Order: sequence, then structure tokens, then C-alpha cells
Amino acid sequence: MSKLHVETIINGEPVEFLCEPHTSLLDALRNEVGLTGTKEGCATGDCGACSVTLDGRLVCSCLVVAAEVAGHEVTTVEGVAEAEQLHPVQQKLLEHAGLQCGICTPGFVVAAKALLDRTPDPSETEVRYWLAGNLCRCTGYDKIVRAVLDAAAELRA
Amino acid sequence: MAEDRKYRWVGTRPIRHDGVDKVTGRANYGADFALPGMLWGKILRSPHAHARILRIDTSRAEAMEGVKAVATAADLPEQRPGGATDLSNNILARDKVLYHGHAVAAVAAITAEIAAQALDEIEIEYEALAPVLSLDAALADDAPILDTARRARGMDDTGPTNIAARVDFSRGEPDQAFASCDVVLERSYETQTVHQGYIEPHACVADTKADGLVEIWCSTQGTFTVRSLTADVLGLDKSRVKVTPSEIGGGFGGKTTVYLEPVAALLSRQSGRPVKMVMSRDEVFRATGPAAASRIELKVGATQQGQLVAATARLWMEAGAFPGSPVQAAAMTILAPYKLDHLFIEGFDVVVTKPKVAAYRAPGAPQAAFAMESLLDELAQQLKIDPIDLRLANAVAAGDQLPYGPRYKTIGMKETLEAARDHPHYSAPLGENQGRGIALGFWFNNGLNSSAEVYLTEDGTAVVVTGNPDIGGSRASMAILCAEELGIDVMKVRPIVADTETAGYTDVTGGSRVTFATGWAVVNACRVIIEDLRRRAAQIWECDLEQVAFDDGRCLPVEGSGLSHDPLSVAEIARKMGSTGGPINGQAQLSARGAGPGFATHLCDVEVDPETGHVDVIRYTAIQDAGRAIHPAYVEGQMQGGAVQGIGWALNEEYLFDDEGRMENASFLDYRMPVASDLPMIDTVIVEVPNPIHPYGVRGVGETPIVPPLAAVANAVKHASGVRMQSLPISPPRLLAALQEQAAE
Repeated sequence: MSKLHVETIINGEPVEFLCEPHTSLLDALRNEVGLTGTKEGCATGDCGACSVTLDGRLVCSCLVVAAEVAGHEVTTVEGVAEAEQLHPVQQKLLEHAGLQCGICTPGFVVAAKALLDRTPDPSETEVRYWLAGNLCRCTGYDKIVRAVLDAAAELRA
Repeated sequence: MAEDRKYRWVGTRPIRHDGVDKVTGRANYGADFALPGMLWGKILRSPHAHARILRIDTSRAEAMEGVKAVATAADLPEQRPGGATDLSNNILARDKVLYHGHAVAAVAAITAEIAAQALDEIEIEYEALAPVLSLDAALADDAPILDTARRARGMDDTGPTNIAARVDFSRGEPDQAFASCDVVLERSYETQTVHQGYIEPHACVADTKADGLVEIWCSTQGTFTVRSLTADVLGLDKSRVKVTPSEIGGGFGGKTTVYLEPVAALLSRQSGRPVKMVMSRDEVFRATGPAAASRIELKVGATQQGQLVAATARLWMEAGAFPGSPVQAAAMTILAPYKLDHLFIEGFDVVVTKPKVAAYRAPGAPQAAFAMESLLDELAQQLKIDPIDLRLANAVAAGDQLPYGPRYKTIGMKETLEAARDHPHYSAPLGENQGRGIALGFWFNNGLNSSAEVYLTEDGTAVVVTGNPDIGGSRASMAILCAEELGIDVMKVRPIVADTETAGYTDVTGGSRVTFATGWAVVNACRVIIEDLRRRAAQIWECDLEQVAFDDGRCLPVEGSGLSHDPLSVAEIARKMGSTGGPINGQAQLSARGAGPGFATHLCDVEVDPETGHVDVIRYTAIQDAGRAIHPAYVEGQMQGGAVQGIGWALNEEYLFDDEGRMENASFLDYRMPVASDLPMIDTVIVEVPNPIHPYGVRGVGETPIVPPLAAVANAVKHASGVRMQSLPISPPRLLAALQEQAAE
């Protein structure tokens, strides 16, 4: 069977790729488009390392069929910073040492930005529940939560 | 000697040098690497927990279009006695499979899908044997024996046994001393198999060239370990294998061995193409090193005033399919923090039909501390003594002897206990169904072998090259130490993690050793450069070397030397490197001794839901002696992360097996590690009792923080609910059953 041809928008730019009908968006991003910033921790939607937004909505790219993004807009971690300007979530994660190994960080960046896009002034509890789908085994979450709250404050300022 | 001086960079919190790449998705991890013409490798795993392999037929798989190589243990060289037999058999099972998920065969194909389909075409005939899924089952008189040729090390010939080794340590006459005690407590404690839970699955690309040279790109805590183990398994000289580290997505000890690399190299040799292999999460759970399940029988005697007199401990730990549980470390640590004139410790390494255990952060110590710190909590309660006071009254100090022989040098045990006692957390009020637990942790820390090169650039900035993968911010620590020594801006130092042919030999990123030992090598390499800079200043000033001092990034005349030159900065001398003797590089290597033990005291408040048995951690404070915190934010990060892994171990994490030995919860959803909404902030207090042997007083910090939490949580649950849980995890069904039992009594 021949592959599917998919036209979509990734990080604001038109992109075309070929994939099998059952290829996940995660695998398409990593293996067909070459955007390896989106990570695979489980491929079952449990860890959030593959978080991207699809038309602004936070999703696990491992649970999205790649062919379904035709005509929609995908944003990955590579699309969060504007040129050399880090997004406040990225900058605050660095300032607070909110990453150790860093494998979960792309997922946290995408998920936290999605939170702040809709909830500019989240409580600590809101941050913790919003990020409950993103596993981090290194930090115990403390510095990540502080970084997201600090980023929210900076975005509001 | 640790030097007491004011620091410009040590103790500050610069942004990590690899940070931008890691928040923008540019950093390349194990699964992110690719080569032209690369094949995809997959592993066929055993459907049995224990079986004899009668026959393997790979012919149908080999005949498939797109399949380029199929490998089994028959393609690996036989190991010499004392060689890498167990490792080889774990990577590809030879005669028997010893756990569900044990690798049996491997395929490389042009796509991952074809490789997966080819696995289905491999025929294997097994003779199923009874699984051995617990210590009791392994030690039973009629237990199925995993390896009938194996004899227990450290025991008189036992005949065939599942005990792989026995260790013991003793001092005084504990049995007689118990008779003189006012109180003797004897308790048994159990912990289950848990996983390190790194988020990045194991991954590698291997390329075996026509001349037999093997190149490997992989995620590992130790590139030189991968080189060595891969060469051993494949029967190659170590110089034939080059290993380049990717960024590493967590390890916690679990990435200090090899699973895929030799297999990928073998498939690459067979196919003549590079081969990429990436584990699924399911494979990581089923087939990579978890941490050992344990049973500990502990007996402690004390006076009415709370002086510990005697203790005995018997420990059994599951090694998994092959020998090598951390029972010796557990035995060495269990009584290490306390003064005891009489003790006997005996440990048994026991094989079972579960995946072979790997190191997990302070291997063996969390299980041991769970037992000892739980028992001390009970003792304190019984004697009506404050639990911190009880520990302080029995705390070891410099000069005291460890159960295994050596004497402590300067340590910070009492300081962490005092900091806990004085912390507002310790006296904060508690509500209904809430309780507070405290526990202490000890870990040896390690030194081992490290190399470092420092290259000065023409503008006086510096490149630092080491071979330790950066698993938690160590590049920043290396840069800080270099900046402090050379007196240059920390952000003008470029710390590099290099491959096995670029960096000098360096042991694993593990044992809490990188900032301590590799950092020390960086310091020494910088001091080689400083000597060179002084020599060049003397040459420029036409004076004697002794007349030139180096301070804060500048060469200057020694006071009283009579010279009146303006100081020469590192940058100024670097610009003159061509006319003063050429390039300015420093190189150093060491076998670092005197790592300096780590001590931590943790405070934990929980709230127990009496209706469900759910335990909520509502406040947590981790206090630890770091010797000297080079980058305090990453020291705190180690403390917080270790505490939370320990909370998971205490409250919920365990491998669940069915009767056939299949793991039933091999996914993140079902294994259920702590998530952000489970936890409060983790407060930290860094205590600094400098390690006297290290130039900056550094002690390792990475492992100690996972030692106290198991008991800290269990002790808190006891004080919240009245139930003392001596078996982990304290998951809702287990605690609810215990609460109901308590109510019925």
C-alpha cells in the first residue's frame, strides 16, 4: 500500500510528509519531519514527553494519528521560542534549574505554555493538576512548578 | 585540604551551559540519532518467566524481504570462565530464559515495522519451568534452581541453590549484649521490586565497519562502561569500540550497564549497515534493571535512656535472574550511622525469575534504612524519647568505626539532625489524621577514576572536556570549578562531554561522584594551566617563577619580590601564547579517594484518609550535608528528586506479577510514579560540612536523598494513623486493610 501524503502547518510553516495510515504524529514528527525535540517516553499517552498543541489544544502526539493533522496547525517545542527570544516558560525553567536530565522538558514547555495561554494567573494547585500528565523523574516537580508560576507572573507584568 | 576562602563562582547559580538546547528541543538524546542507510533493530522476548530453550528457528524471519540480519546467542562468542557470561546471557539468552521479557533473538530490518513482523516469524520451542517469584519461593527446600551449576559465594558448598552469595560483618558479642538491654525490638521489613523510572527508554545506534571497528552512539551513564562491556560481550579489544554519548534522559543507576549496544553492534556486523535500537516503555519495565525487593530481619537492643547497645540484621535481596543484588551495600549501610559496640550483619544475594536488578540511586541503602529508621522510630516512641534526640545520642562522629572497618573522617550527620530539630517544620502543628515522620540516611559516596582536559582559547576563555554524561547539571558544576580556579567568567567556560576517544578514561556518572571526582580532575587540570601561566609571566617579566603569584585570574608579582609589573590577566597571557611557548592546555587524571559520606535527615508530614487508605504527603523537608554546594540549585534538585523517588517507593510503586511471572503493570499508567498533583513543594536545607580531602570540600549529593524517605513516610503514616507499615508500598488497599485490622482489634 502506498503511503499517505499529508499537508499541514507545523510551527507556522507549511509542511508535507508521507506516512502510513497508522503512523502516530509523534513518529511522523520525529522520523518524517525531522523534529526530534518532541520526545517519546511511553507511546501510550501516560508521560507527556511528546506534548504538542493541535490547533492550540494540548495533546499527546503519540495518541494522534499523523494523517489527521492534515489541514490543521501543530506547534512543537521547536516552535515555542521566537527566533533567539526564549518564551518566559523556557527562560524561567533555566533560571529555576527546573530541569535535570531534560528529557521531559520539551513536554513541560509545551504543556506549561498551553496552560498560561488560557490561564494567565494559575494557582500552584492549578499548575500541579495541569502538569499532572507530564512525568518528571528527576526534579520532584518543585522547581518546575516554581518556574511556571514565575513565568506566569512575568507574562502578566 | 579543603580551602577556606571567599568564592566568586562556587555557590552561585548560573544558568546551565546546555540549558538553551534543552528547553528548545535541540538537545539530542539516545533516540534522536540517525545515520544514512540505518536499519531498525528489534528484540524478541521470552513469553515465559522460566523455561529451557529447546530450539530456535530463524529461517522464516531471515527469508523475509527487508530483513537484513537475525541474531541469537549462538552468534555471540562463548565467554571464558570469569568473563562476561551473565551479561552475555542477559543480553541474549543462551540455554534458558530467566524472566518474562528476557531477550532471545534480535532482528534488523529496513523499517521498524518489518523488524517487528520478523520477530513473529521466529520459532522458538520452550520447555516451561516453574517461575521463582519471591524470596520465599527461591529459598524453599524444593525451589526450582535457576542455575544448577552455581554455588553460593561466601558459604560452604551448599549444592545447587538460589543463594548466589553471602556476606557478613560483626563486632563484639551481640547475643550476650542483648541480655543486658532494657529493651529489645525485633522486627521484619519488606520492600518490593521498583524501577528507576527514567523517562527516556534505552536507545542506541551501532555501526560496525568492514574493518571490525564498532562505533556506538547511545544514552548511557558511562561511555567507557559501554565500551568495555560491549567489547567483552563481542570478544573485541576495547580499542575497537568507540562510544559517543547522547544527552541522557535520566538513569538513576539504571543506565550503568548495557542491554542493546552489543546486540546492535552484532546486527550491524551481520548486515553491514548501521542499526538503531530503541526500547519501548514496556520493554524498559520488563527487561531492564529494576531495584531489588528485600526482606530484612532486624533486632536492636537499647538502655532505658536510649543508648543503643547491640544490633543484628539479616538481609535477603532479590538479584533477579543473575547474581548481583546490592545486599552487600545494604549490609554495610544498615547500622553505619550509629555507635554500636555489638553487631552482627548477614546478607544474602538471591536469584529469582525476574529481570536482573541494576543500580538505583544508593543501591541497597533505602531498603536498609527503611528497616533501621522504622525500628528506631518505634524505639523512640516506646522509650518516650524524641526521635531526633535518640538519633543524636547515638550518632557516629569522626573517629568512629564503620561496621565494615574504616573510621569516619569529618562528617555532617549531627549537623543534619540538629538542622531538622531546629527547622520550623519540626514544631509546626498537625491536624486530624496527620502525622510527622523523621528518618536519617547514610550513603558512602564514591570517587573512582576521572580525567579532565582544559583548553585555554586565544582570548582567555576556556573549554573543559570530560567524559561524564551530564545527567543533572554537571556541566555547570565543571564550568564553575574551572571559572573559580582560573578567575574567569563562568559563562566564558564551555564544558564539553566527549566520546571515549576524545576524553580520557572516566568512570560512570554514578556513585554521586561527578562533581566530587571529575570536578577535582578539572580543578587539577586548571592548576596545570595556572603553573603554565605563571611560567609565561615569569618569561615575559624576565624574572623567576617564584616571583610570580596567581590570584583571581591574574599573574602578579609576589609581594616583596621587588617587581613592579602590572598584573597580567589570563586573557592577556592567552593572547601571547604563540610567543610564550605555544598552546595552553591542562590535563589531569586521578583515582579519587575520600569521597566523604553523605548524611541526610528528612521530615515528612502526611495526611491519611481513613476511608480509603490514601496517603497525602502534605509537607516535606530534606536536609543534607553537601560538603560544599558548587551549584546549590542542582544540589537542591538532587535532594528534591531523590525525596520524591523515595516517596513513590514508599507509597505506591511496585512490580506486580501474575502467577506465571508476567509483570502486570508494565506501563507508566499502571506503575504510577508520583505526578505533580501528588506532591507539595519539597523544602531543602543544604548543610555544609566540608569534605576535608577535597580542594573545595565537595561531597557527593545525588544518592543520599533517596535513603531516608521510605522510613520518613512510613513513620509519618504511623503517627497519623496508628498503623506501622513494615511492608512497602503503603498503597491504599494495603493501608486500608491494616487500618481495618487495627480497628477490629
